[in-house]
Amino acid sequence: MGVVGQNVIRLDGQDKVTGRAQYVDDITMPDMWQGVAVRSTIPSGKVLSINFNPSFNWKKVVIADRHDIPGRNVVTMIEEDLPLLVHDEIRHIGEAIILIAAPTKQIAEEARRHVEIKYEEWEPVLTIEDSKAKKRIIHGKDNVISHYKISKGDIAKGFGEADLIVEGTYRTGAQEHSYIEPQGMIAVPREDGGVDFVGSLQCPFYILKALERLLGISASKLSVKQATIGGAFGGKEDYPSVLAGYASVLALKAKRPVKMVYAREEDMIVTTKRHPSVVRHKTGVKKNGTLVAQEIEIEFDGGAYTTLTPVVLSRGFLHSFGPYFCPHVKIEGTAYATNTPPNGAFRGFGAPQTLFAVEAQMDKIAEALNMSPYEIRKRNCLKIGDEMPTGQILKESAGGMECLERAAEMSDFENKWKEKKGVGMSFFLHGGGFTGSGEVKLKSKAGIRLEKDATLTVLTGCTDMGQGAHTVLPQIVADAVGVPLKMVGIETPDTSKVPDSGPTVASRTTMVIGKVLCVCAEELKKRLSEVAGGNHRDFESLAKAFLKKRGPLTIIEAYEPAPGIHWDDSTYHGDAYAAYSWGCDVAEVEVDMDTFEVKVERVYMVQDVGRAVNPQMCVGQIEGGTLQAVGWALTEEQRYDRGRLLNNRMQTYIIPTTLDTPEFETVIIEHPFSHGPMGAKGLGELPLDGGAPAIVNAIANATGLRIAEIPVTPEKLYEAWKKI
Amino acid sequence: MEKNIALIINGKKRKVKAHPAERLLDVLRENLKLTGTKEGCGEGECGACSIVLNGEVVNSCIIIFGQLDNGDEITTIEGIAGKKKLHPLQQHFLECGASQCGICTPGMIMAAYALLKKNPKPTREEIKEAVAGNLCRCTGYTKIIEAIEKCVISNVKI
Repeated sequence: MGVVGQNVIRLDGQDKVTGRAQYVDDITMPDMWQGVAVRSTIPSGKVLSINFNPSFNWKKVVIADRHDIPGRNVVTMIEEDLPLLVHDEIRHIGEAIILIAAPTKQIAEEARRHVEIKYEEWEPVLTIEDSKAKKRIIHGKDNVISHYKISKGDIAKGFGEADLIVEGTYRTGAQEHSYIEPQGMIAVPREDGGVDFVGSLQCPFYILKALERLLGISASKLSVKQATIGGAFGGKEDYPSVLAGYASVLALKAKRPVKMVYAREEDMIVTTKRHPSVVRHKTGVKKNGTLVAQEIEIEFDGGAYTTLTPVVLSRGFLHSFGPYFCPHVKIEGTAYATNTPPNGAFRGFGAPQTLFAVEAQMDKIAEALNMSPYEIRKRNCLKIGDEMPTGQILKESAGGMECLERAAEMSDFENKWKEKKGVGMSFFLHGGGFTGSGEVKLKSKAGIRLEKDATLTVLTGCTDMGQGAHTVLPQIVADAVGVPLKMVGIETPDTSKVPDSGPTVASRTTMVIGKVLCVCAEELKKRLSEVAGGNHRDFESLAKAFLKKRGPLTIIEAYEPAPGIHWDDSTYHGDAYAAYSWGCDVAEVEVDMDTFEVKVERVYMVQDVGRAVNPQMCVGQIEGGTLQAVGWALTEEQRYDRGRLLNNRMQTYIIPTTLDTPEFETVIIEHPFSHGPMGAKGLGELPLDGGAPAIVNAIANATGLRIAEIPVTPEKLYEAWKKI
Repeated sequence: MEKNIALIINGKKRKVKAHPAERLLDVLRENLKLTGTKEGCGEGECGACSIVLNGEVVNSCIIIFGQLDNGDEITTIEGIAGKKKLHPLQQHFLECGASQCGICTPGMIMAAYALLKKNPKPTREEIKEAVAGNLCRCTGYTKIIEAIEKCVISNVKI
C-alpha cells in the first residue's frame, strides 16, 4: 500500500514540537550586526533634508543611503517602479529613506531615533475613489496600475431576456497576514564579492532575480536559503526581496553579516496587505433563478507601487463570476494607485474579494426571487461541458455540484434557512497554478537525486511554510517510485542546491511540482532499468546495482502543462486555469442584538481537492484558511488616518483566538484532475474564498440585515439596524 | 548594573547574570540560547513566548529579569521531553497535525502543559480558555484542541 492518501506525520514535525527548528531570528553568526531602516512619516512628498543629530556617536554605526546600492535602486517584480530607498518622491508612509547597521539592536534603534528628516508634504491620494477621480496623478498617466476587460455573449441581449435585474455594490477591506513570525532576513557578504541570504521567505528564486539587478552581482555569486518559516500566507512572497535588499546593502557596506528582523508594529505598517476592493454587480435572472446576464465591475486598491497588483487583479477578475454558468457576461477590472504601502499577495490572491461579492449577490438575487440560496446555486452551477466567460470549456474534475449537495445535506441547510436559524451558504471555485499562460512561461523544474545509499532526495525550490509541502511531495515521490517513505528525503530550499520550481504560491506546489516529480520518478526508473535492469526484488536492489555501475544520479524535469490548454494573453481568452478546486461552506451564526456581536458557531465545509495526498493536512488547510476568512469577515479591520495604519499591533488588530473559533465539520471530496499527481489539484487558497460570504449571508438570515461590506463590525451592523 | 539570580531552569540550577531591565525572553534566547521560546508581538498578546514560571504560564516578553527571585522555577519547551521520548503533548501535537508552521507550537504546548499540571481533566471549554492567549494563524485551532484532549484522555502524568 502506498502513502498517498495516508495521514503521514509531517517530516519537520519533531523539530517544531521540540523547539529545535531554526527560524531566522534563532540564527546567530559571529560578528553579525543588526539593521534598521529610517522611514518616511508622510504619505506623499519629498525629502528636503536629513540631519544626523550630533548627540549620538555616529562612529558606532554604518549608514547606507541610495548611493550605496551597488546596482540599480529598484526591486524588480513585475515592473521596475519600486525603489529600495526613496529616490525623489515619497509615495507612502513607512518608505525606507536610509539604512543603519549597528552591533546591537538597541544601538541601531537609538541611532534611528537620532535621524531628523524634513519633508515637503503633498496632498495624498488615499482611496480608490480619490485615485479614480484623479485627485492628483501619482502613477502613470491616470493612476491606473492595471486594467482588464472581457465579455462573452451579448450583455444587452442578456438583460433584455431577464425577468429581473438585481444590482449590488460590495466592499472588502485590507487584511494583514498576521503570520506569527514577523519578517526577517540575514545577508552574509562572501569573499568573492557575492552575498548569501537566509531568511523567512516563500520564494527563494524571486529574491535571487531581484537582488541580481539591485546589487549588480551575477546570480552565480548569490544564494538564497529558506530558514524554517513561521507563517507566510502570501505575505512573504514579494516583500522578502525588499528586506533582502536592505540587509545586503548594509552587509556589503559594513563588511559583515547583517540581520534584520521586524518588530510587529513595523511589520504591520510597512508590509503588504490584501487589496481593498469595491465590486459592483448587475445581474439579470429569469423568474426560475437562471442567470442570463452578469455585468461585473471590479476595483482594487493597489497601493503605491505596481508590485504584484496586476496578477492579483487578474485572479480576482477571473474568479469574479463565481462557479456559475451564465450566457452573457461582461467584466471589467481596474487597479488604482494610492499613497498607501503596496498591497500584495494574500492567500486567495484577489479571488476572495470577488467571490465575496458574487456570493453575497447570489443571496440578494435569491431573496428578490423568494428562492432558497441553495436552489439558486444548484440551478446555475457550472458543469462539465459549460463555457466559462473566458471561453474555457470545463472538461473534467468538476466537483461543484457534489460539494453543494453534501454541504446542504450535512448542515440541514434548507430547514435551518427557512426557520431563520442564522445559516448562510457560499459556493466557490479556485483555479490551481499560475493564471493563463503563467505555467507555460515558468516551465518550473524539480528533481530527484539518487543518493549513494540508495535513498532519494527531492529537489525543489518550493518551500514548506507550514502547509506541509515538504511532507506531501516526498509522499508523492515515494509512491511514484514505489519505495517506502522513509527512503525519501527533501533538500532545504537553497538556490545553490535546488532547481527553480517557480514560486510557492497560487495553490500550485502539490499540483504542479508534484506532477513534475512524478515525471522525474518515471525517468529515474527508466534510467536505472536501462543501466542495471534485470531481476531485482525491489527498487532498492535496482538502485544499488545502478549505483555500483554509475554512482549517484540526479534527474531534473520541467513542467509540461496539460495537453489541450490554451490561453491568449492579448485577448484574455482561453483556459484560465488547468483545473479548478471547488467548495461549499455553510456557516451558522448567532447575533447578539444588544451588542451586535456576531459569533460563528459552526462551519460545514465540503471541498473538492482532486486527491487528498495527506488528508489530515488537507483538513488543516481547510480549517486554517476558513478561520482566516472568519477574521476577515468580522474583526480584521485596518484603520487608517491619512495613510497611517492606526492599529498596527496584535492588541488592536484582532485575529481569531480559540474562543472565536467555530466548530468545523470538514469533508473532503475527490474529483481527480487527470494531469495532477495522482489526481491532486490545488488547495492552499480555496478555503479562504468561502468563509466571508457564508458568514455575511448567515447574518442576513439571522437578522434580515444584508451587509455588503466586510468586516461586519458591531458598529456596521448597528448602523444598518438603525436604518430599518 | 547586571544582577545575578539563581534560577531553576528546566530542572537544573543555574546562576544567571543579566541586566534587571532585560526581558526574560531575551535572557532565555540570547544568554541561555534557549531559542525554542519565540517572539511574535513583544507585547504579551500572541503567546509565542509562553513559558511556565513557578507553575503559571506567562508571556516572557513582558517579564523583566529583575522581577525574578532566587529559586524561581522556569520551564521552557526544551525542558519537557524525556531523553529519548517526546513529551505526550509533543507527541499528540505531532500525530494530530496540530503544528503547521510551528512558530506558535512551543508557546501553545507550554500553555497546555501548565493547564494539565494544574487540572489533569479539563473540559473542552477549559482547554479553549487556557490557550486563548496563544495565537495560531495556520491551523484554525481545532487540531490543537484535539491534541490536548487526546493527552487528557490518555491519562498520562504530565
